[in-house]
Amino acid sequence: MVPTAHYLVLSAILFAIGVVGVLTRRNVISMFMSIELMLNAVNLAFLAFSRHLNQLDGQIFVFFVMTVAAAEAAVGLALIVVLSRRKQTLDVDEVNEMKW
Amino acid sequence: MEYLVFYLFAAVSVAAGVLVVVQKRAMYGALSLIVCFGAMAGLFFQLGAQFIAAIQVIVYAGAIMVLFVFVIMLVDPESEIYPSSRLRHISMFAIPLAVLLVFLLIQAFPDFLGYGVGTRASVNQGRVEDIARSLFTDYVIPFEVTSILILVAILGAIVLARRSD
Repeated sequence: MVPTAHYLVLSAILFAIGVVGVLTRRNVISMFMSIELMLNAVNLAFLAFSRHLNQLDGQIFVFFVMTVAAAEAAVGLALIVVLSRRKQTLDVDEVNEMKW
Repeated sequence: MEYLVFYLFAAVSVAAGVLVVVQKRAMYGALSLIVCFGAMAGLFFQLGAQFIAAIQVIVYAGAIMVLFVFVIMLVDPESEIYPSSRLRHISMFAIPLAVLLVFLLIQAFPDFLGYGVGTRASVNQGRVEDIARSLFTDYVIPFEVTSILILVAILGAIVLARRSD
């Protein structure tokens, strides 16, 4: 049986990759995909702990995370469609009216 | 053998995850992300979460990524990242920070993880029956609230994406 720590290290690496994606990419869709990657990394940690502690609750949490991620993807992608229709761009640096 | 499978899936998921971040085109990134989710479904299966692994393939790699691919096609098939000097500056900081983040996360893991590997009893196998029993007894209220959340998300997506003419 592969030790739980291995899964947690993998989860940390995938989460960090997602963070780099959100920090470096300026395309809204790419940033959004990096967020999905981070969500999945956390799911992996949940499942690893679920096995480690021999409890099913971690898997239930992953179930809820997935449903929330699905809802988030639907709304977020609708927002991206509206954004590209209004602004003709997907670059987040050009959509900074709420920033200043 | 188990380690071999783990490292295979881990390598595929990390490689695909890196590709998601470095690909110039959003479409290639989306396809890499599907590969990453597939490899992670294998890891979930290995962790004894059979139902979650199936859901990962059906909902994530299936439904959500199809939605992503649809939107990328709809919005801008040629959508590329716009290279700028500022971007390279950000990457210069982001990558060391990410490495630091990995080490901090590993540091945060409790010490007991190194030794004991939880013994998996036969009761909690992550089969549909186990998940359903827990979902419809202990977690029935969150489950119902989730259904309302999804309804609201559907309405929100329709209202947002509707043409306003």
